[in-house]
Amino acid sequence: MVRVRVEVHLRKGVTDPEGDNVQKALTLLGFKGIGGVHSAKLFLIDLATKDTKVARKEAEEMCRRLLANPVIHEYSIAVEK
Amino acid sequence: MRRSSIRVGVVFIEGTNCEDESVAFFRHLGAQAERVHLKQLTGDVPAELRRDLDDYDLLMIPGGFAAGDYVRAGTIFAARLRSKLSKDLIAFVRSGKPVFGVCNGFQVLVEAGLLPALGATMTAAPEAVLATNDSGHYECRPSLLKLENGGSCVFTRGMKPGRVVTFISAHAEGKFLLPQNREKKMLKELVDNDQVVFRFVDDRGRYAGYPWNPSGTTYNIAAICNREGNVFGVQPHPERCFFRHLEPSWTRESGGDSQYGDGKALFESSLQYLEKRF
Repeated sequence: MVRVRVEVHLRKGVTDPEGDNVQKALTLLGFKGIGGVHSAKLFLIDLATKDTKVARKEAEEMCRRLLANPVIHEYSIAVEK
Repeated sequence: MRRSSIRVGVVFIEGTNCEDESVAFFRHLGAQAERVHLKQLTGDVPAELRRDLDDYDLLMIPGGFAAGDYVRAGTIFAARLRSKLSKDLIAFVRSGKPVFGVCNGFQVLVEAGLLPALGATMTAAPEAVLATNDSGHYECRPSLLKLENGGSCVFTRGMKPGRVVTFISAHAEGKFLLPQNREKKMLKELVDNDQVVFRFVDDRGRYAGYPWNPSGTTYNIAAICNREGNVFGVQPHPERCFFRHLEPSWTRESGGDSQYGDGKALFESSLQYLEKRF
């Protein structure tokens, strides 16, 4: 078993209302010096393979077909052992 | 074909919530209509519940929160469509039969690559997205939409271009976006192809910003169709203005149709198209 961490985040320039609103709320709660808040989605996917290359390739395909919309998303993949 | 022979399939999965009224309104106009769960189309039901896309002349994907809007609104529904019905859907669309996506349904059609469908009848990856509203929250308000389409769209053929209608916006993810590096080019293509059907306007007919444009959607786009005009997606709900008494201002305004609201024209137009074409 191998665990893949897929992080899907917004491309630069795409509005991130969730991130903006979180920043606003944190500021209202009194937190100082916040330079920015950016939301992202994390999917932890357990795959039956032990081969990290295969796992990465599978995860890329998953991003392409479901997890990320290429119009607004970029993604990063990390394979844990 | 005769109105009473027209068969409408309103497709739903868990979380869809606008299927009942959509069925009722097509029946009200004299067509046959039924709600059909996606599983009935993919064969994951007992034989007597089984349906085929061929059983229908018009497909509708109504509004709601299909699969809880998990991952992105419309994505799970679209993935299920792609996984088992791609071939049938492409054939359905190519035959000229209408596909009507409202709100969540519009999101499904975009995620499934059936709209705007610039590169193919059903593109392998989405060409656009209906992203989170700029306000960061669900927007629920009556919206004014101006009809831009010159006649290609089968859902608006009975209506005069330039007409302003009221439909009800109720969405958290309605911001139509094209890829940043191709936005200008693709938008021009949509306009040139007569694929932009409705745009949000204010009470003076101007392409205004928030709240008249509830999401910050590109070019104030509220509805688009494919090149052939038979696949149509609209973000606000026309069925929520099907009858005059469903329109928010009906007790304050007089004149105009006393029975029907602005939404009825879309349903009627699609049925008239089927009557003439098939």
